[in-house]
Amino acid sequence: MRRIRAAAAGAVAVSLLTAVTACGGGSSTSDGGSNDSPKTLTYWASNQGADIEVDKKVLRPELDKFERQTGIKVELEVIPWSDLLNRILTATTSGQGPDVLNIGNTWSASLQATGALLPWDAKNFTAIGGKDRFVDSALGSTGAHGQDPAAVPLYSMSYALYYNKKMFADAGITKPPATWDELVADGRKLSKDGKWGLGAEGSNPSENVHHAFVFAKQHGADFFTADGKPDFTGDGAVAAVKQYVDLMAKDKIIAPGNAEYAQNQSVSDFAKGRTAMLLWQSASANLESQGMSDADYGIAPVPVQSGAPGTGEQVNSIVAGINLAVFKNTDNLDGAKKFVKFMTSDEEQKVLNTAFSTIPPVKTAQADASFSAGADAVLKGTLAKSAVAMPQVADESQFETAVGTAVKELFADAAAGRPVTTDSVKAALEKAQQQMPTK
Amino acid sequence: MTTTAPAEADLHDSPSGAAERTPRFRRPGRLRRIGLPYLLLLPALILELLVHLVPMVMGMVMSFKELTQFYIRDWGAAPWAGLDNYKVSVDFDAPVGEALLRSFLITVAFTVLSVGLCWLIGTAAAIYLQDPFRGRGLLRALFLVPYALPVYAAVITWVFMFQHDNGLVNHVLHDQLGLTDKPSFWLIGDNSFVALLVVSVWKGWPFAFLIVMAGLQNIPKEQYEAAALDGAGMWQQIRRITLPSLRPVNQVLVLVLFLWTFNDFNTPYVLFGKTAPEAADLISVHIYQASFVTWNFGTGSAMSVLLLLFLLVVTGVYLLLTSRGRKTADV
Repeated sequence: MRRIRAAAAGAVAVSLLTAVTACGGGSSTSDGGSNDSPKTLTYWASNQGADIEVDKKVLRPELDKFERQTGIKVELEVIPWSDLLNRILTATTSGQGPDVLNIGNTWSASLQATGALLPWDAKNFTAIGGKDRFVDSALGSTGAHGQDPAAVPLYSMSYALYYNKKMFADAGITKPPATWDELVADGRKLSKDGKWGLGAEGSNPSENVHHAFVFAKQHGADFFTADGKPDFTGDGAVAAVKQYVDLMAKDKIIAPGNAEYAQNQSVSDFAKGRTAMLLWQSASANLESQGMSDADYGIAPVPVQSGAPGTGEQVNSIVAGINLAVFKNTDNLDGAKKFVKFMTSDEEQKVLNTAFSTIPPVKTAQADASFSAGADAVLKGTLAKSAVAMPQVADESQFETAVGTAVKELFADAAAGRPVTTDSVKAALEKAQQQMPTK
Repeated sequence: MTTTAPAEADLHDSPSGAAERTPRFRRPGRLRRIGLPYLLLLPALILELLVHLVPMVMGMVMSFKELTQFYIRDWGAAPWAGLDNYKVSVDFDAPVGEALLRSFLITVAFTVLSVGLCWLIGTAAAIYLQDPFRGRGLLRALFLVPYALPVYAAVITWVFMFQHDNGLVNHVLHDQLGLTDKPSFWLIGDNSFVALLVVSVWKGWPFAFLIVMAGLQNIPKEQYEAAALDGAGMWQQIRRITLPSLRPVNQVLVLVLFLWTFNDFNTPYVLFGKTAPEAADLISVHIYQASFVTWNFGTGSAMSVLLLLFLLVVTGVYLLLTSRGRKTADV
């Protein structure tokens, strides 16, 4: 009996202690971070390869190399895109997060506003070799203007038009379209016998919003006013979204079924020859993993309204990419900076960007000849000349969801055969704007 | 109950037998014997508090705060919002409140249909399988499969089946039976409500089947035999004997199904992802979106508290009505 009582008392004590420590661990809100745990780092990587295993295979040898150089062991977790933002938000709320993490570069300003990420001031940049090592366009997507960047660029990507060479040849098309009118004309020639001109990821809000944003730029419009207020219902923005959805609704060069795509099915369709064109970022590795060799497809800049890609209304891509951030309350601040320096070093930049078919945002690495051939030349040219950063405002993440979802619903209308009109587009965008925070 | 009585007696025997031996250790005896069970319950109680009650209270506190992305890192520092979050949620003329009300009504319609169908199918199946026949065990096991499958695996299979281009549902309805002019969309647009309802009923009815089947075991066969002798047909037997006898079982079953269905998050989330189509915008996903997708955890919490209050009221009224009904029936 006594033994039982002792066991019971022990159990109570243990459960109480667990509870207390569980409560106590979460709320570390000190600003500086520390170096209490100098020998380990936790790193959350985003999913860049065809699947998570590919990422692990690419990253593990490099992390081992880092351990040999510095003696710091890096615990890696590769997090799928569907979970990454939620995981970061949870980590921010609880204070229990990784030391170093990848973020989608368009989230930079939103996450910067939480104050959870280490600001990259002059001193911190010096620790990793200086701010001027990075390409300007990539630095433009690291946080709100006038504030220290919340992250440093790691991989750069841009949209390009991927086209199936054989399907083009069969339809008698000799060169990839350079304007949207040409794309629609080519698309109509290609959309027959169960095959379609263009693929789209209609139920994926992020993809939708990227296209809507670039189309808006091409219409001389923006989704935010100069002082950062949402402005979704201007004529230019409405015309932009309508032009994108009309590719399915009016021009009928996107299969209606694409309206429910959200798991990269449009990439599979392209790889299997069901669609002839695809607007995608850095698709090479993904296409190869689905059995499409790079001789089978061509890569061209995304079309513009008229003329050639450039700045202003001639932009044809967002500055897509991944940034590397440090959690402010890390317990290995120096180690984290060393790791960022390692990951942005010329050597690692070449290895990693080659493996993920992305472009290095580090000038010296980008200059390497291997990033000037084939697909990379188009992506690099777009990034250098005609890509624009998504809005660097604190509400960017909400904007992506609200407008991306509005486009998703418009695609659903188009797929169901309901008319997509200027009024219906405007109503959808108005509803999206109403969901934006008012403060 | 009579059948379980001997078993209960057995159970009582052994502890009392043990108790007879304990006087040797007696000293603070009685107190200790009464105290020990409570002591052993204490860890569970504390964990229950931590796992259920503390987060609930935290959620309620959050609902009175302006908890946006600017404060989530240190949410103690978020300014108090008073009743603002609640005002926004229930202002049905403004967009947020209007959307919440719409989502609420959709959820009510969905829950009523889903619980009704689950109960109907479950009860019908249980009654049909009441009399022994060859293969009854196999059928019973088969019927329980949807309930036993992990939710994610089950629902993702439905996602594939509902796909527009390659899905089994369109293949059967359109290609083979020719019931529709063109393949329908199930995962986007208005049909998404039907898709959600089908998956929910498919997943939920085996539970109703299981519980009703258990309830049927307690109805004495003699009652049916007597009714048959008096000339009652099958329908009359079901109406006069089966359903009244199942009343206490149904009371709990319907309540549990209602709460599960009303709060169901997994099914719509796996079926539609983070942003559900308007026609299938269930309140749990709606609240998730109001908090996680727009990063406004204060409003999200206020909506959750409102939902909690609603469910409490419904449960309370339901229990009051049904137990009163039962008392009068008993008299």
